Amino acid sequence: MSVVRRKIREFGMPRIIIIAFILLILVGALLEGQDMATLISDSLVRVGQNMLMALAMLPTILVGAGLNMGIAIGIVSGILGGLISVELGLVGWGGLMFGILLAICAGTVGGFIYSLLLNRVRGSEMLIGNYLGSTVVYLMCMFWFAAPFKNPTIIWPMGGKGVRTTIPVSDFFEKVLNRFLMFKIGRVTIPTGLFLFVFLVCFLVYLFTKSRTGMILRTVGNNPSYAAMSGIHINKARIIGITLSTVLAAIGINVYAQSYGFYQTYEGPLTMAFTPMAAILLGGATMKNVKIRHAVIGTFLIQTLLTTALPVCNQLFPESNLSEVFRIIISNGIILYALTQAGGDRR
Amino acid sequence: MKNTAATPVLSICNVGKAFGENWVLSDVSLDIMPGEIHAICGENGAGKSTLMNILFGMPVIQSTGGYTGKILIDGEEQKITSPEQAIAKGIGMVHQEFMLVPGFTVGENIKLNREPLLSSLASRIFGSRLKKVDFAKISSESQHTLNRLGVEMQESSMIETLPVGYMQFAEIAREIDKENTKVLILDEPTAVLTESEAELVLNIVQHLSDMGIAVVLITHRIQDIKQVADTVTVLRDGKNVRTVAVKDISEGEIAQLMVGRDLDLTAIEKRSGELSGEIALTTKNLVVDMPGEQVNGVDLEIRKGEIFGIGGLAGQGKVGIANGLMGNYPTEGEISVFGKPLKLNSPKDSIAAKLAFVSEDRRRMGFAPNLSIGENIAAPSMVAHNRFFKKFGFFEQVDEKAVRETAEKNIQEFQIKCTGPDQPVGTLSGGNQQKVCVASALELSPDILLVSEPTRGIDVGAKNTVLNTISQINREKGVTVIFTSSELAELRQMCDRIAIVSQGKIVEIMKPDASDEEFGLAMSGERREA
Repeated sequence: MSVVRRKIREFGMPRIIIIAFILLILVGALLEGQDMATLISDSLVRVGQNMLMALAMLPTILVGAGLNMGIAIGIVSGILGGLISVELGLVGWGGLMFGILLAICAGTVGGFIYSLLLNRVRGSEMLIGNYLGSTVVYLMCMFWFAAPFKNPTIIWPMGGKGVRTTIPVSDFFEKVLNRFLMFKIGRVTIPTGLFLFVFLVCFLVYLFTKSRTGMILRTVGNNPSYAAMSGIHINKARIIGITLSTVLAAIGINVYAQSYGFYQTYEGPLTMAFTPMAAILLGGATMKNVKIRHAVIGTFLIQTLLTTALPVCNQLFPESNLSEVFRIIISNGIILYALTQAGGDRR
Repeated sequence: MKNTAATPVLSICNVGKAFGENWVLSDVSLDIMPGEIHAICGENGAGKSTLMNILFGMPVIQSTGGYTGKILIDGEEQKITSPEQAIAKGIGMVHQEFMLVPGFTVGENIKLNREPLLSSLASRIFGSRLKKVDFAKISSESQHTLNRLGVEMQESSMIETLPVGYMQFAEIAREIDKENTKVLILDEPTAVLTESEAELVLNIVQHLSDMGIAVVLITHRIQDIKQVADTVTVLRDGKNVRTVAVKDISEGEIAQLMVGRDLDLTAIEKRSGELSGEIALTTKNLVVDMPGEQVNGVDLEIRKGEIFGIGGLAGQGKVGIANGLMGNYPTEGEISVFGKPLKLNSPKDSIAAKLAFVSEDRRRMGFAPNLSIGENIAAPSMVAHNRFFKKFGFFEQVDEKAVRETAEKNIQEFQIKCTGPDQPVGTLSGGNQQKVCVASALELSPDILLVSEPTRGIDVGAKNTVLNTISQINREKGVTVIFTSSELAELRQMCDRIAIVSQGKIVEIMKPDASDEEFGLAMSGERREA
């Protein structure tokens, strides 16, 4: 009995609650006669395309800077990289990989500057990060407005200037990853390539956490005074962690866009910080302890929930705006719940 | 014991407590009479804190399933489920970490949440919630309480400006000010105090007993028990080993009961043979800007292979020296290690010069609380010497096996009480944390080991292990040790030479066999006539 109890405790109540909720929704979907295969396929895609964003939260927690509220900085860097690739008219794997490469470059620069700023506001990184994220998004609005892109897919069809609010990648590298080695179990589609890529990145990050640098980052996050005494350059370690987080977000938005089919510019990146934050917290991360599995489990739970809840709600209230209202309540409610778990078990 | 015939003010009957499957306290019984000073001692992890948490109804007990057994107050059984309840039943507690509002005056702290109130116009109309605080009454009543305690202290002084010892007095005064306080629990009241402050606290404890208040004194310091307590209860591994009148037991016997094995603090072997004349470390005009422990120009010459003691009163700068050598605080002057000049203000360079440091501030600087024992022991070596890694081409990966093996070896050697190498160091008891700190410093295989206050706040058993290891490493591997401590007995026992620091300067370098008077004189800053 005690073994079972301990296992449950280790797994954690928040996850059990969310799983129960997902099951409830799935039962609801079954009763409504929803197309279960589609629901599951959609969920899998959503999980894959969002996972790297949640993973991007890990390095900042690791160095003790809390959740990366300024993840929008990484996202706009990523979009910039991807759009340049589109502008050059690169297609397929080449297009996506070139976009990701540029995203990494842009993310490194952006993340480096961001980390220099966060090093000056130690202790309130999350607050400052939040405002900085918004600031950068709006600054970039001006950039999108005046950016010298020429490709007709990117710029407004009328006027011929400025970036559109959504840029479709269907002619370039839509679903390149998703379709790679894609197969079907019954009517459920498995986006193999997407998961392969995402797990590869997870594995690389895992290797990183187990490297010398990773150890240093963890020590800094855990006890900065102790780390300094051990001869660790704290600010340098924090620069590495925050930059890595930004770069991961930059890669993540490209993975997201190829699967989703669009880049969203202007205010699009603004709201994207909260779901991955909620995901890693739901996965079991605390500000003191974070592991890659927290990001993976959390993304699975929250994205499955969000994906399945919407059609079920739609069916429940077919003729009103109520379903939309419910969707917002559910998704924000979950984020709120996850944030209350941020401190871990603090009774 | 003043009043043997009366009913005990507090009886603990067969109390036990388990965290999960782990019984940290079992079948503990004791009776405490009014006015009795009852000392409870035991090693770290013996169950002292758990017992106190039960008595004071701390939430940690309730949230983990409560306790077994009975607690009687004035002969009536009580279930205490919250601190408020404990206070209402007349139990007061002074915690090890002070629970005071720094920006309030002593008086305001004493009366906190029990402020005397005055009615005003608003309160007559809108009810008692709008009554005014009667500051005049706070002053007079709290000053009265302070006087009753026999402390020279103004109720109007701000807490944050007080020395640590006086904060302790304020805490005690607050508990005494509650009229119904019958039992006062003091958790390690002298642990962070200087000798003279500790003396004052013990006097107050005596005074409380004369006022008829029973005092439960939790302490590591056997001399405190001998000095004031009437009865002593020794806990070991969660069990009551023995409750005995203090006059019937010697200090040695108490220590022996605590650790449950023969204890020999003088087992450190004397140095055989002479030291070579080689100089390991010199400083010239060392100035360290460490808050509260300022060092103002120290010249040292430390020989290879010796244990060099640094002693002195708190706040005089003795711990600043080691911190300056390690580059932890802004430092000026010249340091050379084995003839080579050392770059100042850089912990990295100090470690590269084969210095290793065990900090006096264990909680803040000593370890990373959420990392495991293994990672803590290995981390400094990883950073400084690139050890504990496997190479894969460009990649380096932590060699988990090597980390684990090293941790297991050290757990054995130091007898670290833990569930395994993966246990986070933050969850260990103080003594075991200190063992990890020493182990991790030794893992750096230093030429010069700097240890500061290595036995502060840890129990006799751990103390012995730590001191023995330090002397062993010195005797066998020839590691030079700079040993900073505020305990004179310890310094004399360990060191070849002892420098006494006062006002940031070295007053005198003495032999360990100098008399107490000579040491006392040096600590007070007076240089002996040459």
